[in-house]
Amino acid sequence: MIGVGRSKQNLNVVDRPLGKGKTEVLLSAFAFLFSELVQYNQTRVDNIAELERRLEDAGYAVGIRMLELLCHREKGNRRETRLLNILSFVHSTVWKSLFGKVADSLEKGTEHEDEYMISEKELLVNRYISVPKDMGAFNCGAFVAGVVKGVLDGAGFPARVTAHFVAVEGQPRPRTTILIKFSEEVLQREARLG
Amino acid sequence: MAPPTRAGDYPFAPVDRVNAELFTLTYGAIVRQLLTDFEEVEEVNKQLDTMGYNIGVRLIDDFLAKSNITRCSEFKDTAEVIAKVGFKMFLGVSATVSNWSADGSECSLILDDNPLADFVELPDTCQGLFYCNILCGVIRGALEMVSMRTEVKFVKDMLRGDDAFEIRLKLLEQVAEEYPYKDDE
Repeated sequence: MIGVGRSKQNLNVVDRPLGKGKTEVLLSAFAFLFSELVQYNQTRVDNIAELERRLEDAGYAVGIRMLELLCHREKGNRRETRLLNILSFVHSTVWKSLFGKVADSLEKGTEHEDEYMISEKELLVNRYISVPKDMGAFNCGAFVAGVVKGVLDGAGFPARVTAHFVAVEGQPRPRTTILIKFSEEVLQREARLG
Repeated sequence: MAPPTRAGDYPFAPVDRVNAELFTLTYGAIVRQLLTDFEEVEEVNKQLDTMGYNIGVRLIDDFLAKSNITRCSEFKDTAEVIAKVGFKMFLGVSATVSNWSADGSECSLILDDNPLADFVELPDTCQGLFYCNILCGVIRGALEMVSMRTEVKFVKDMLRGDDAFEIRLKLLEQVAEEYPYKDDE
């Protein structure tokens, strides 16, 4: 059994205090770590799509855990069950806790009922990344897309989440949009709940 | 753990900081990916060390730029700087230096608190894993860029049941700086 045989100081990991979540590390420490993650994955894949998928998988794991942590700490163990509420949870609470600010905007897609978009002028993870031309539309924001996917999946809203660059007039660097496409069952459930 | 002082301290004042939990969870995702890709725990340890080395060779520039440290005259100063300024600046935790060897070339860095290992528990299948091995690589890479060849490894690991994280730092040799051009050409 885990916990038996350890000294008294070492509590079982689930018994240890959680902390307030206010500790911080230097941005460059995270940037270095993230760049190693991307570089390592580049050596293990053959094409861009798979690289994005691996980054997304890494982000997914982060997302699931962030959901548990934030629900417990900020929301008093209540989890959102309605679509708009969970989106606003991601857009404000999750973003605020991970990146220190709320996301720039949350929009509903005009073409399809099941699409929503969270936009950010410059994703924190992309700040020190430059993508070479031969990698086309590759966006390291796939990691953040994975985080969002993890949060939504964990909360019971399965969705396909991807990150895209959107050129903006008057700005040299494109904006990043996280596109969320919810699955059928989510929309049906929303319609049923009224 | 002493609260980070912000007033007047070069390493902390004007720089950007990011939530430690994002950092912790991202590191966890990296270790998990490595464990699925490599079957052997030893391979994962080596890979973490290599990744740390790659980070370290670039981190040293960032560190020297942000911290305004003067040149260290001997290895004892180097170890103190790593423990007090380096760890504090990047990870927000201070380490202590102890267990100096007789000739002053080996020492231990003790960490009571490690943001990389928050929320982590090692399963029985991974008992040989040095979860924070990336730190060893970072220190090794950073020191190599300032002409010191070192051997860095973990001797005590809280995730394995010890009471603190202890990194053994051993100076192998000071490499003379090589100039890329010859003076007489």
